[in-house]
Amino acid sequence: MGPEEDRQLIVDTLKKKKGKTKFYLKDFNKIFPDRKPREVKKLVNKMVTEGTLEYWSSGSTTLIGLKGAGKQHDTEEEDE
Amino acid sequence: MTRHKTPLLDELEKGNWPSFVSDMKQEAEAREKTDVDLQTPKECVEDLLGLLELTYVDKVVHWKHGGIVGVFGYGGGVIGRYCDQPEEFPGVRDFHTMRVNQPSSKFYSSEYLRQICELWERRGSGLTNMHGSTGDIILLGTTTPQLEEVFWELTHNLDQDLGGSGSNLRTPSCCIGKARCEFACYDTQAICTAFTMEYQDELHRPAFPYKFKFKFDGCPNGCVAAIARADMSIIGTWRDDIRIDQEAVKAYVGGEIKPNGGAHSGRDWGGFDIQKEVIDLCPTECMSWDGKKLGIYNKECNRCMHCINVMPRALRIGEDTGASILFGAKAPILEGAQMSTLTVPFMKIEEPYEELKDLVEKVWDYWSEEGKNRERLGELIQREGFQKFLEVCELDADPRMIQEPRSNPYIFWKEEDVPGGWDRDINEYRKKHQK
Repeated sequence: MGPEEDRQLIVDTLKKKKGKTKFYLKDFNKIFPDRKPREVKKLVNKMVTEGTLEYWSSGSTTLIGLKGAGKQHDTEEEDE
Repeated sequence: MTRHKTPLLDELEKGNWPSFVSDMKQEAEAREKTDVDLQTPKECVEDLLGLLELTYVDKVVHWKHGGIVGVFGYGGGVIGRYCDQPEEFPGVRDFHTMRVNQPSSKFYSSEYLRQICELWERRGSGLTNMHGSTGDIILLGTTTPQLEEVFWELTHNLDQDLGGSGSNLRTPSCCIGKARCEFACYDTQAICTAFTMEYQDELHRPAFPYKFKFKFDGCPNGCVAAIARADMSIIGTWRDDIRIDQEAVKAYVGGEIKPNGGAHSGRDWGGFDIQKEVIDLCPTECMSWDGKKLGIYNKECNRCMHCINVMPRALRIGEDTGASILFGAKAPILEGAQMSTLTVPFMKIEEPYEELKDLVEKVWDYWSEEGKNRERLGELIQREGFQKFLEVCELDADPRMIQEPRSNPYIFWKEEDVPGGWDRDINEYRKKHQK
């Protein structure tokens, strides 16, 4: 699978998830079970830099979601 | 100060101790009068006081949980904070924290401190926390548009980077080390800086199940408390003998040199009693004093540092120095507090630190694959067992990893680990031991 297909697979998988917009990095590892977490992390980080994905942080834990999906910025809620 | 009444906070100004409320009021007043071109709301500190008062009245926090803030290319270093009462307290509508990577051992020039304070007064709230628990400079409270501006000025004008937050490598921290301390068994500042530079990706781009901390203590006195706080604790030690200057020992006994560097001089504690204050307090009972000569049976020494701390001019750390590597400490969040577990009894700590880097990377690969979300390394080791962890690190079990190896061997041996193996009939075993 090429990098473009990988990106599309991530976007499609996240879009399919109902009621959840932010994910742990491990959820991305599950999309590519045969790859090392380090490889998946690099791809995810690249997609954040490119503006497809974005980080959400509570300060102690980091989650990742599609840019613009779910509650944004100053509308974050406790159970997001 | 008329914007909000704060009777509950005012109580915290009473008494003979410093008060953060007084500090905040002072800053609020300074912001009111300043001629600095403030880029954040002038009233932000007053609103912060008002919001805190409301928190005390309601007994609930009025900050929302986290947020999507950061600077371009970084997944950490900024902690998003949004107030849930923005109409009443518009000055703290968005009030984000920035973590700044402190220099090794926190050495600053006064010029640098002036610059960072000037920057934060102009582009932030002016409130700081020097330093946070992890060691960073904490800049408390700025607005979303100011984040990139502060980051640009930090990196371009102050040659300064952000620290770690979220599921990242957190800002590595070290004790004062060889800069000022004769007990330092390795150069803590050098390795702290080297690891910070080497692991920039891990520090700025979240890739772990949860936080991960390195802490470098130059000796077992543990001035950065690595053993209690770091997922990987690198604690200085030596593998030869404590160096003894017998003449200096006699000088301590004779009262010519004050014990503990003269620290207990506030009242008359009586003369120095080496038997009572050193020999009898040795946890492994490996010291002796016959009135003329101090003896140490070094093989039993467990590096408690007490004798060296009491008589630093007579006793010195050994010359063959390095560090013990321990893993798995954490504070009580989520599960209970844990201390680090000794994993490598001794390793030389010398540039370019390849042996240590190899070990770190093996551990990260294991934790990234096997760790659950929000599971610290110490909890993973506890869940899967120390034996599994040793396999991951490609290390053999060692009696020094266990407090009482003869009575409490908590390594479960596999048959292939034991020369000759063993025969075990499970049915015979079950006759005496029910499931």
